[in-house]
Amino acid sequence: MSKTNTAGNSLAGKFKNMNKASKNNMLTLSLVILFFVIFKIITTVGSSESLIGIFPMICYYIILAVSLNLVVGFLGELSLGHAAFMCVGAFSSGMFSKIFADTISNDWLRFLLAVVVGTLVGGIVGILVGSLVLRLRGDYLAVVTLAFGEVIRSLLNNLYIVFNDGKLKVSFIENTVTEGVSVENVIIKGATGMTKLVSVYKDFHRNNTFIILGMILVVVTLLIVFNFINSRSGRAVMAIRDNRIAAEASGINITKYRLMIYGLSSALAGMAGVLYIHFLGMAEPVSFDYNFSIEILVIVVLGGIGSIRGSIIAAAILTWLPTSSLFMNFDKYRMLIYSIVLIVMMLFTWNPKCKEILKKLSVKNLILKIFKKKKETVEETVEVESKTAETVVETADKEVQ
Amino acid sequence: MKFISALINGVNLGSIYAIIALGYTMVYGIAKMLNFAHGDVIMIGGYITFEFVYALQGNIWVAMLVTVLACTVLGIVVEKIAYKPLRKASPLAVLITAIGVSYFLQNIILVIKGSDTKKYESVINVPNLVLADGELIIKGTTIVTIVTCLVIMVGLTLFINKTKTGRSMLAVSEDKGAAQLMGINVNRTISITFAIGSALAAIASFLYFSAYDSLTPMSGSMPGIKAFIAAVFGGIGSIPGALIGGITLGVIEIFAGTYISTNMSEAIVFLVLILMLNIKPTGILGKKFKEKV
Repeated sequence: MSKTNTAGNSLAGKFKNMNKASKNNMLTLSLVILFFVIFKIITTVGSSESLIGIFPMICYYIILAVSLNLVVGFLGELSLGHAAFMCVGAFSSGMFSKIFADTISNDWLRFLLAVVVGTLVGGIVGILVGSLVLRLRGDYLAVVTLAFGEVIRSLLNNLYIVFNDGKLKVSFIENTVTEGVSVENVIIKGATGMTKLVSVYKDFHRNNTFIILGMILVVVTLLIVFNFINSRSGRAVMAIRDNRIAAEASGINITKYRLMIYGLSSALAGMAGVLYIHFLGMAEPVSFDYNFSIEILVIVVLGGIGSIRGSIIAAAILTWLPTSSLFMNFDKYRMLIYSIVLIVMMLFTWNPKCKEILKKLSVKNLILKIFKKKKETVEETVEVESKTAETVVETADKEVQ
Repeated sequence: MKFISALINGVNLGSIYAIIALGYTMVYGIAKMLNFAHGDVIMIGGYITFEFVYALQGNIWVAMLVTVLACTVLGIVVEKIAYKPLRKASPLAVLITAIGVSYFLQNIILVIKGSDTKKYESVINVPNLVLADGELIIKGTTIVTIVTCLVIMVGLTLFINKTKTGRSMLAVSEDKGAAQLMGINVNRTISITFAIGSALAAIASFLYFSAYDSLTPMSGSMPGIKAFIAAVFGGIGSIPGALIGGITLGVIEIFAGTYISTNMSEAIVFLVLILMLNIKPTGILGKKFKEKV
């Protein structure tokens, strides 16, 4: 809002004329930037190392959650191999950074190109996988994406890449390429993955530049996603989710749009991978397993399926909570709590009885009861509050009509 | 001889997959949902047997009986708490819940028993069969596994086609609404399906962990997923399909491990599934169904 006011009346007028969805997106974007500014102030006033350390983590979790939400919330399908696309993006961009460590001396330029490489590779792999599996739906698709995630991970687990004297050697058997090569020249070493990426971006690590880089990538992701959702293609995707047959009858090319959003989602996951590997300076294929994909799913479900803002908030909270000293001792129970969150969230959003309980317990309802307002308004507010996939479905329904 | 022993190992593994796949295929046929937690019931069965064999000083029969009962109860309880309230929810919500249950079972065992690998003592004590002057050894567990699998297949087919409960299961899988109008208790039938599936998972746990003795909280998920693949491969909802799919998948996995690469055997199994689903999405014995507008 403040931005539009300072920029003069024309912008303010534009803001007024915007539709509801764009306003909502602007709000989300400005919330993220506001959060970043507050975070910057906190970290500069009181130098807390732990907070600086987790901010890039929050950033890549946000990108991952938003990208998975594209598939779960807007395509209405479950992808359980999301971590694999992140893995592919991470390793390809890490490889790029290592190979061009000397040729491109500017860190910023190299990182920018690495982001492009990671995103593209993630997207291409996503489209390849998608073209094979997107004919399937529902449970089958979930299992096949899970299977593909494991296939990609086990391939990387056996991948050896060496860059020596300007030559790139790739093999699936360790001894054929790594023999007689110094450790610095081995780029990817099977199950050990990639290490020593920190030395390529020394200045970034010293100056905590990854906070700003993470922020930029989050904003870029959000801009891409908001633009896509509000475009013709985005509406087509939602129409397919709500009624596939009706969408097909209206002349929407189902395969094309399903593939498009799956590719976009995996490209963004690849981008998250770029941030991941460059921030940590290392990565092992093992870390990108099925459990990681589930962790992202938990964020999406907790934030609300189909809600981008919810994903952002949930990603920030779920990344910050385990690292805070308050919940340090609960680390053992973290996954257990996540699983209960999944079940309970589903029960409370879909079961009529549980919904009743939620209605009775909701804060707004309690306040309204105290003031003894009309019963009709109570029902209205409660419905607004349960911000689940349903509301998104309804709005999309209207758009389709 | 390498070929024959690989084939026998494949049939052994495939028989176990077939028994697990039965649980998936029956639940999928009747409740129209993928019970992700099925594989983890196998893991829990393994832990229960493991504990009871020690607690009861090695009385294997009692331990096995306790395991079957406990798994059956677990299956029914999971269905009542997590799946029954979501009978009318969207398939996506049910799938997410099933993943949540699977994750919950893994992590509750992780919290209680820790992540270290337990060594499962084989509960099957049958002498090995030595053929061709000691060149070919067929393990006792292999014989028991294959025989058990065949007995279960025949028994289950008879149960479904001949008994009243079995026929009501068929009716529910065909048309839930019509079955209810005919006086079939749909909820009870679904509970029975889950009970049978979980009891079969307990039996599969004896066979699986007797052959592959390491037991961790995660050791149920992979055989579970592969058995689902086997069920899809054979055609979901069909009992002979589970047998065919299970054995095909087991043989492919062992052959890929023996002749190509042990690390890649899982990847090859998954690739076979993807190929299969692209060529014939309904599986070998699956029925085609038409989509209504």
